[in-house]
Amino acid sequence: MKKIKVLTGLAMMSTALVLGACNNTSGEGNAEQSAEENKQMQGNIQIDGSSTVFPIMEAVSEEYMMEQPNVKVTVGYSGTGGGFEKFIAGETQMSNASRPIKDEEKAALEEKGIDFTEFKLAYDGLSVVVNKDNDWVDSLTVEELQKIWLDNGKSKKWSDIRKGWPEEEIKLYSPGTDSGTYDYFDEVILEGGQIDKSAVLSEDDNVLVQGVTGEKSGIGYFGYAYYLENKDKLKVVPIDAGKGAVEPTNETIESGEYAPLSRPLFTYAANKAVAEDEAVYDYLKFTIENAGSLSEEVGYVKLPEEEYKKDLETLEGLKK
Amino acid sequence: MENVQKNIHTDEMINKIPVRLLKNKIYKGLFLLAALFTFILLVVLLARIFSQGASHLSWDFLQNFASRRPEQAGIKAAVIGTLWMMAVVVPVSLLLGVGTAVYLEEYAGKNRMTRFIQMNISNLAGVPSVVFGLLGLTLFVRVLFLGNSILAAGLTMSLLILPVIIVASQEAIRAVPKELREAAYGLGATKWQMILRVVLPSAIAGILTGSILAFSRAIGETAPLVVIGIPAFVAFLPKSVFDSFTALPMQIYNWTSRPQEEFHFLAAAGIIVLLVILILMNSVAVWIRNRYENKY
Repeated sequence: MKKIKVLTGLAMMSTALVLGACNNTSGEGNAEQSAEENKQMQGNIQIDGSSTVFPIMEAVSEEYMMEQPNVKVTVGYSGTGGGFEKFIAGETQMSNASRPIKDEEKAALEEKGIDFTEFKLAYDGLSVVVNKDNDWVDSLTVEELQKIWLDNGKSKKWSDIRKGWPEEEIKLYSPGTDSGTYDYFDEVILEGGQIDKSAVLSEDDNVLVQGVTGEKSGIGYFGYAYYLENKDKLKVVPIDAGKGAVEPTNETIESGEYAPLSRPLFTYAANKAVAEDEAVYDYLKFTIENAGSLSEEVGYVKLPEEEYKKDLETLEGLKK
Repeated sequence: MENVQKNIHTDEMINKIPVRLLKNKIYKGLFLLAALFTFILLVVLLARIFSQGASHLSWDFLQNFASRRPEQAGIKAAVIGTLWMMAVVVPVSLLLGVGTAVYLEEYAGKNRMTRFIQMNISNLAGVPSVVFGLLGLTLFVRVLFLGNSILAAGLTMSLLILPVIIVASQEAIRAVPKELREAAYGLGATKWQMILRVVLPSAIAGILTGSILAFSRAIGETAPLVVIGIPAFVAFLPKSVFDSFTALPMQIYNWTSRPQEEFHFLAAAGIIVLLVILILMNSVAVWIRNRYENKY
């Protein structure tokens, strides 16, 4: 009797196993059904990297797997740095990045004998935003941005930035230091300097949106898509880099007029994988051909047509 | 004299009564507030999740893979992936956990070595889950070349919940009355027979209750999965434990960090699915406890 009871217990624990197995067989059936059209490829493609680029790759992979259900694409979001770590370890064939590859990452790849190629996918315009009720800020120059964001050991008031602005303490909201977004802002605005230590840092851009929405004297920056989604809750600040104040819009970002905060998004591919694995080549080709329209769909800005043409030529060069 | 003294005491007593009663009330109120606070928090959380997510729950949501279009996105890969992962976690952590507990309680002598192992297990229970993720990344993903497979994730999660299972099993085994063991020996049973036929059956309620709570934790953890590089977009179902997969917390976390509000609703719907799975597991734990409790 006792033995039977133990067995019942064990049987219940293995329910999960059985469930998994059942669903597995149905999955196989689906793949076979749709595997009858045009040229079908087989393969596994592992992609990881920036969470900013993730929505684009998710969209690309979704479309690609409708055409090639036997090519199994997986996309992760370990972050630009985390993605490169896996790329260097040879665990992924492609690595997404929201900033150009760093020298030390290049060196590590060289050491491992991994040749790689950079492909531009889309633009993102880092948008600087303030609270909806903020009626004094109409634009900011790059120098003013630096004054606001660089640490000077004291708290700052809006009146310190430009005369006539209210004497209210500035509350800062910034993406976390692990993100490619921070890295890019660091490069073009902070220029390696220490970000204000009182700034609230968060890896989740929605937290930043909430922060600035709830704080009258708040200011923050994040990806264009987050601004677009919260347009009615936030006020975007036009940026003046010496040629007049420019507001981030699809047009100004695509033309490069919105400078210096418009940044390219990349994917890096291992040359060997492209040359030897037909599926990786085919997937990458599909990515470049569709990145423009799909990135617009998920909230980014497409590159000018020539850029994609250049990308395609580079890809053909790798194929040999 | 005696009368007077008595009167003084009575007065004092009467004077103190309102204060004592007031104190009594204050503490009662404080504890009620504490209980209500937790309860209200839970209600607010559930209300928020259900109001956001309930309308997005549908058969399609369970049947579709992830998608850039919120209305077409589903959690099929995540649910199946989580079940696959648990198919690794449950047997591995039970065998290792209960095995360790049996050894520590029944076989190991009360010496320094045992105390050392015991102390380490207790410490492991307090290690943040990210650290287990790093351990899994180094050991399973890199050294053993398992990649970001179901097996690697399952083994990592097993390590994560092992301390809890060991401690719960030890408590359960310790609670088995000495008389039962002695009776088994008296009938000529070997130690192994005694453990298998007497100790484990009477401890099984406690062991499984503790273990299932631990499994619930394994289902909900995100950090170790992020660290070992479990992808978030997977549009196929795994065929073996060596395949890539994605799990519910990965999918939910990804959706909450997206800019589009529609995805936040999907995340809420995903959380409801996760909650349902957790509640099912906990009900199984309760059922087992009621069924096997106090049989001996």
